[in-house]
Amino acid sequence: MALKIVKGSIDRMFDKNLQDLVRGIRNHKEDEAKYISTCIDEIKQELKQDNIAVKANAVCKLTYLQMLGYDVSWAAFNIVEVMSSSKFTYKRIGYLAASQCFHESTDVIMLTTNQIRKDLSSPNQYDTGVALTGLSCFVTPDLARDLANDIMTLMSHTKPYIRKKAVLIMYKVFLKYPESLRPAFPRLKEKLEDPDPGVQSAAVNVICELARRNPKNYLSLAPLFFKLMTSSTNNWVLIKIIKLFGALTPLEPRLGKKLIEPLTNLIHRKIHIFSSHKMLCSQSHLIVSLSRIAVLISLSSGMPNHSASIQVMKYLGLLAMSKILKTHPKSVQSHKDLILQCLDDKDESIRLRALDLLYGMVSKKNLMEIVKKLMLHVDKAEGTTYRDELLTKIIDICSQSNYQYITNFEWYISILVELTRLEGTRHGHLIASQMLDVAIRVRAIRVFAVAQMATLLDNAHLLTGNMQRMGICEVLYAAAWICGEFSEHLENPMQTLEAMLRPKVATLPGHIQAVYVQNAAKLFATVLKNQEGNTDSTAAQETSQLMIDRLPLFVQSANLEVQERASCILQLVKYIQKLQQKDVEVAEEVCALFAGELNPVAPKAQKKVPVPEGLDLDAWINEPPSESESEDEQPKAIFAKEEPKHSRPRHTEVDEKELARRREARKQEQANNPFYIKASPSSQKAYQEAPGVEHIPVVQIDLSVPLKVPGLPMSDQYVKLEEERRQKERADKKKKEKKKRKEKRSGRGRKHDSGPESEEDITPAHMVDIVTEEMPEVHRSCLNITMNLKGNARTNMISAKVYDIQGNLQDGSQVVVSVIFENKCDSFLKSMEFNVLDSLNSKLQRPEGSGPHDGLTVPFQLPPGVSNEARFVFTVQSIVMPQKLKGTLTFIVKNEDSSTHEKLDFKLHFTCTSYLITTPCYSDAFAKLLESGDLKCSSVRLEGVIMPFHHLLARICFHHHFSVVERIDSCASMYSRSIQGHHVCLLVKTSGQTVSIDAKCDEPTLLGNVLDEIKQTFSQC
Amino acid sequence: MITFVLMVNRQGQTRLSRYYQPVELSRRAALEADVVRCCLSRKKDQCSFVEYKDFKLIYRQYAALYIVVGVTDSENELSVYELVHNFVEVLDKYFSRVSELDIMFNLDRVHILLDEMIQNGHIVETNKSRVLAPLTALDKMADS
Repeated sequence: MALKIVKGSIDRMFDKNLQDLVRGIRNHKEDEAKYISTCIDEIKQELKQDNIAVKANAVCKLTYLQMLGYDVSWAAFNIVEVMSSSKFTYKRIGYLAASQCFHESTDVIMLTTNQIRKDLSSPNQYDTGVALTGLSCFVTPDLARDLANDIMTLMSHTKPYIRKKAVLIMYKVFLKYPESLRPAFPRLKEKLEDPDPGVQSAAVNVICELARRNPKNYLSLAPLFFKLMTSSTNNWVLIKIIKLFGALTPLEPRLGKKLIEPLTNLIHRKIHIFSSHKMLCSQSHLIVSLSRIAVLISLSSGMPNHSASIQVMKYLGLLAMSKILKTHPKSVQSHKDLILQCLDDKDESIRLRALDLLYGMVSKKNLMEIVKKLMLHVDKAEGTTYRDELLTKIIDICSQSNYQYITNFEWYISILVELTRLEGTRHGHLIASQMLDVAIRVRAIRVFAVAQMATLLDNAHLLTGNMQRMGICEVLYAAAWICGEFSEHLENPMQTLEAMLRPKVATLPGHIQAVYVQNAAKLFATVLKNQEGNTDSTAAQETSQLMIDRLPLFVQSANLEVQERASCILQLVKYIQKLQQKDVEVAEEVCALFAGELNPVAPKAQKKVPVPEGLDLDAWINEPPSESESEDEQPKAIFAKEEPKHSRPRHTEVDEKELARRREARKQEQANNPFYIKASPSSQKAYQEAPGVEHIPVVQIDLSVPLKVPGLPMSDQYVKLEEERRQKERADKKKKEKKKRKEKRSGRGRKHDSGPESEEDITPAHMVDIVTEEMPEVHRSCLNITMNLKGNARTNMISAKVYDIQGNLQDGSQVVVSVIFENKCDSFLKSMEFNVLDSLNSKLQRPEGSGPHDGLTVPFQLPPGVSNEARFVFTVQSIVMPQKLKGTLTFIVKNEDSSTHEKLDFKLHFTCTSYLITTPCYSDAFAKLLESGDLKCSSVRLEGVIMPFHHLLARICFHHHFSVVERIDSCASMYSRSIQGHHVCLLVKTSGQTVSIDAKCDEPTLLGNVLDEIKQTFSQC
Repeated sequence: MITFVLMVNRQGQTRLSRYYQPVELSRRAALEADVVRCCLSRKKDQCSFVEYKDFKLIYRQYAALYIVVGVTDSENELSVYELVHNFVEVLDKYFSRVSELDIMFNLDRVHILLDEMIQNGHIVETNKSRVLAPLTALDKMADS
């Protein structure tokens, strides 16, 4: 025996430890596998020894090998042995190996229960700790059941280290053994107020995870979390809490209001938290934060060096926007340009995020433009995944809410056809279904669609050219079907028929061939009909002969469907040929085979079917299970899995409310079902005067668009055509409106509600059979002005740049100025103080208790090369005059050995324009405003302006925050509003190089200043 | 939640792996290779997030070593992004200028640190001194 022990310890001296193993693997780069297999043999020998130290060493090495991907499950029992060692150093190795290798189905886990229990109650806190950590990796339902009680006791352990781990492992236990939640919950709640921050954060973690599964039961904890949120400084914990509130707010709307303030503070302090901020009620602060995010993104795009961290911010900003988009689409839309810009980013992750956002960006006005841009990307994109993503997005945004944004379906069809030219896409099926959908539902487009599809069929060889493009040949399925079904629109059916019966077709997948055969028959019927009218009957007979020649190819097909259809049709054609030879007119009868039009189904169609006598739809087929039993015995669920299943409601008891709810649900479903016609919405806005599909001026529009486009279409041309069409319409509308106004003036007193010059006015060239209601316009309630700091950095140490001045709509006297400070030197800048010499009119808001000349401390320091942003609130009394404020920035430059005090003077320039907010205005409201007579008049004349009129308007809109109310030829009316509610109206006329602006405003001084500023803008160019 | 933490070098060799959701051994190798390929192919000036199948990868590069974390959709990207850096700082503090070799030769210690910071796939501790406390205590125990 003694000899054995001695021998064992001698052996140990020659054993490899983990370091040797790692080194060995590195030295055997060429024959790694062989080396490792000898190592495993050694380990097996070591495991056979009694010495626990040797075993532990072996297990340690196994853990490493497991990481490299070698199976070590055979050593499971040895791992348990090492786990049960009394020495902590070995125990630790055992637990580590177990946590890496064990999983629920490892059978030896059963053996560990008692060992773990022993470790949990060990006096050594690290024994307990390592057992808890290990347990979190391999806990099974059995272990959870057996150990739940022990772990619960540990939650009140004296050592915070153990308490923390116990609280965390409880979550795993809850998952595996839900019954444990009820008894443990009070204690868990208690831990939220634990004196140790680690335990606290652990409890927050667990409750946050639980609450995401079933938030209802955790509402009562909201005040506690509220307190935590305002007091905690740990970012990670804050993120968890905000996430938790995100789950709670939908259930308790009051909570949302209460959260606004602390959240806004948080967001201003740490913008990144925003990306986890998913709860969104109608909060105005959100839009403010949004503009901050936008600024963030724009800043990062502006930087020449795309360093990784900037990209990170960009990504997160886009992610946050996509969350906001769901609830506040309009506010995100205002950042469209920025998002489009992100599409050009070289980073795929960012491009994908931006793509997601596009969905909410489109409107009738810009759809074509956006899709055009996407098409460009499709051409440029390398890598099929991104290209496929682009393709699905294009189709998604075009088809969203029943093609709501598409005004010209010819354009859409051409886009689809262009997409078929993509190499190696997997989404042929998607394109095909879109083609079918559009062709079936938009009657006016069929002629065009059929022509396009015929071309596609003719060029089928391009699509099926190489095997890689197999995905796209699905498109031929749609093409063949459309050509067959609407064959009466075909220009040259004979040619298409021939294209369909080419021998090459036999290489296509079976289901496509089947459609080919069937539709060839339909085409054949049409061709016969056309040809029989002629006196010469040989043409018709030749067609039959063509069918008889070509069809046998399909009869031999291996695909059952193809074979069946082909042989059936072949026999039919043979019979027809026989009749033809006897000079019998057959076309009529052949056409009858495929007669009948495909029509969409009206939503109320089902109601018209009478219920057969004796059928009671409300009666139960099977008696419902009795509900009385165990209704109140059900334990109150805290955890999702226990949630009682909803007993089926009795049909007879359905009340009005329930019915209404179901009706709503059904409508929803129908809205998503493209083959349903929805009732034309009764609450349609008044200015959509046409009550039904028939009244939409399709004819008039068709005139401006040449229907016959030779060859494959280019979608680009539609963009131009669409522009022209819209212009024409606008002009038409103007005329109408003028008439209306005359009517109004002449005192008929009829109230018109003619809409604004907005996208609702764009009448679609083609109408889908379905009209959906549009979302009401949400007005932007923030202004977003950019302005340059006039007096800029004198020294080259720091640059301060005003990038944003925001007026506060709620409080017309507050203006927020955001300043970005950038440290341009290579020393540390600290103790920055921002001070502005107050004028009578504008004052910098200082914290209470400080004097009127005290500076504001900038709440950060700047290491070299870093920039940060600070916001300052100004109170402005009157906004009618532009103002310049003088200010100073003092700061300390700290070098390694010295520190100097520096000062920087600057001027802050508030123009009158910066108090204006772009506000859309309805033309009738505009007219009323002008008639009201409250406004003072003023005018200005600009000479020598050489720019197109629309550029001029755009310039005024952009620089001076106006919006165009309406435009007729070389004359336009514009509107804007100040933060204090002054109306500013402009009438801009141009003739030659002279531009005259007549303006009206209820505040003459403001008007004068705004006009001066406009004049200045144009004198600069 | 966090589904796995990987440390790989530029040659694609795994230096540390920890899974918080059971993945079969046979699938691990394929997954790791795929994930590594995803991250290695990205340039330095691209952002640290990659969408991969149904989860996201968040990675950071430290010299030749990549730390890749797989997370589900519900996880906050930035918190994990910062956690990775925090983890490296902890390693740096413990090993005083950590290198790839330190991690290879002290795999068990790195695991202890990681377990202190992430448990059940959730971030539990970010305070450096508290993360290091158990391990330093252990080392003292081993010395005595």
